[in-house]
Amino acid sequence: MMMCNFSVALLGAATQYATTELHMTTTDRIEKQIHLAASPERVWRAISDAREFGQWFRADLRDDFLPGATVRGRITYEGYEHLMLEMQIETMERERLFSFRWHPYAVDTDVDYTQEPTTLVEFRLERAPGGTKLTVIESGFDRIPADRRPRAFEMNSAGWTEQLENIARHV
Amino acid sequence: MFAALGDETRLRVLAKLAKHGPLSITQITEGEEVTRQAITKHLAVLADSGLVHDVRRGRERLWEVELAPLEEARRCLDLVSAQWDRTLAQLKDFVEAEDE
Repeated sequence: MMMCNFSVALLGAATQYATTELHMTTTDRIEKQIHLAASPERVWRAISDAREFGQWFRADLRDDFLPGATVRGRITYEGYEHLMLEMQIETMERERLFSFRWHPYAVDTDVDYTQEPTTLVEFRLERAPGGTKLTVIESGFDRIPADRRPRAFEMNSAGWTEQLENIARHV
Repeated sequence: MFAALGDETRLRVLAKLAKHGPLSITQITEGEEVTRQAITKHLAVLADSGLVHDVRRGRERLWEVELAPLEEARRCLDLVSAQWDRTLAQLKDFVEAEDE
């Protein structure tokens, strides 16, 4: 009987996730959109100029962004100062598209990530009433090995297992 | 595992198993426009990724969904998504402050 109820709880959640996946059709990418009350010229400068990029992204970048270049710098975000940011610049189309590759979750300083798969990050700009519509797409999560997932996530996963065990105990 | 989800038939199979519980290949194939053989192949891909597993019930072989990897996939992207929200808020503050 316990197993039965337990399954119902599980299946409810699974259906929800499976349905979400169906609508997304892929878990390979993330897409974000934001309206910025600043001109595309201004936004382009903030994104394509390495020093400006470093100011808002919070990284100490000293080399120029150029297609094909690899740019490295120390993260300046509080609590992450021991980490390096490394970007392989791909496309720069003025006021339209800036794209680069990087290693997501490269948070372990003992690991050499250089031979590992990267994700592609695209900043797409469009002029919009009152400013700029910015779309950010990060794709390629398919190729990231499971053991490269963030630790925070492993902790969440453990929490989830615990939660299920609690449900099992109470039904 | 993410790649295993990148196919509409596979996603439908997964949703079906999630909704209706353990099903036989015959039951899964019902209403699909692909053959039983194709469904068998899709199940193999899903099983390799740990998203489904088979259970024996008497002489029947049934397929059951495995929730944890799906849950993990979502958490993973949710985390990256939250990081982008934070980063883009920083960009917004930066470009809008200077325009004033």
